[in-house]
Amino acid sequence: MPSHHHDHDHHDHDHDNRYSDMQARVKALETLLTEKGLIDPAALDAIVETYETKVGPRNGAHVVAKAWTDPDFAAWLRKDATAAIASLGYTGRQGEHMRAVFNTADTHNVVVCTLCSCYPWSVLGLPPVWYKAPAYRSRAVIDPRGVLEEFGVTLAQDMKIRVWDSTAELRYLVIPERPAGTEGMTAEELAVLVTRDSMIGTGLAKTPEASS
Amino acid sequence: MNACEVPSELSNSPGLPKSPEGDPVFPEPWAAEAFAMTVHLHQKGVFSWGEWAQALSAELHKPGRADDGSDYFDAWVAALSGILVARGIADPGDILALQQSWQRAAEATPHGRPIELANDPLGVQVVAQSGE
Repeated sequence: MPSHHHDHDHHDHDHDNRYSDMQARVKALETLLTEKGLIDPAALDAIVETYETKVGPRNGAHVVAKAWTDPDFAAWLRKDATAAIASLGYTGRQGEHMRAVFNTADTHNVVVCTLCSCYPWSVLGLPPVWYKAPAYRSRAVIDPRGVLEEFGVTLAQDMKIRVWDSTAELRYLVIPERPAGTEGMTAEELAVLVTRDSMIGTGLAKTPEASS
Repeated sequence: MNACEVPSELSNSPGLPKSPEGDPVFPEPWAAEAFAMTVHLHQKGVFSWGEWAQALSAELHKPGRADDGSDYFDAWVAALSGILVARGIADPGDILALQQSWQRAAEATPHGRPIELANDPLGVQVVAQSGE
């Protein structure tokens, strides 16, 4: 036997990060073009920024709206978010597990990461540029209330804030509280109120007045 | 940066998946990065709209592409690589070496740390084009 000791099993634990061929190819082109002075990474971020709030699957909004209108689904989501979300046809390509964390009258949830590949884009669409910044991650852990205020979210002083750190295996979806004045709205109408930021926890769901 | 500055002709690339509002829809974040890079290079005059459309169209019509368009952005990245190679801006060997270097770097980076090329345990393996 050739003395080739490459052991793949250890990947399961220590090595969360993996780039697909396409991910790595795009990074390679970016590196080459940056070295040659043909592109400026800040300009790329600015271009992506113009799209990130408008595009992406936004499947998460449908998950949230269904949870608001269907108590059985909400209970399932609480117990086994991976299966409940998959039942709507939304699965991550990497087969990661999802956990839904519900905001309540006294607890607000915020998700941190990702600097890498731990963002549930199959549910939330594209990650915002700020979310990838190392500063967001460290500050959200140390001073979540301060970070939320910068996002324009001021919570009552006695509101508890829980910060969740995604991993490659487990990703979080925040279920924001259903806004007041939405009684009688259909799941479809409600989904419009569910912003991406509200599913990361850096925002709240919009009120019907704010969205019209 | 203003949303209106993104050239509309690139958004009108042949077959680009779009939302009902007409915005491009990206299946994964890398696809958005590839899109942004192409927009940026076009803005800088590295290639014209016509040249890009031709390169993309050629890739999209290669045999073996998925019928449902699910590999649209694979074709996009292949077209972008191709146009850069054709211009002498990038060497295919360098692109592949860097791609593998990024993959090693990703695997070597612990969770929660930024993935940087410098994390490649073998070092960056870009082969300089040797003269004949």
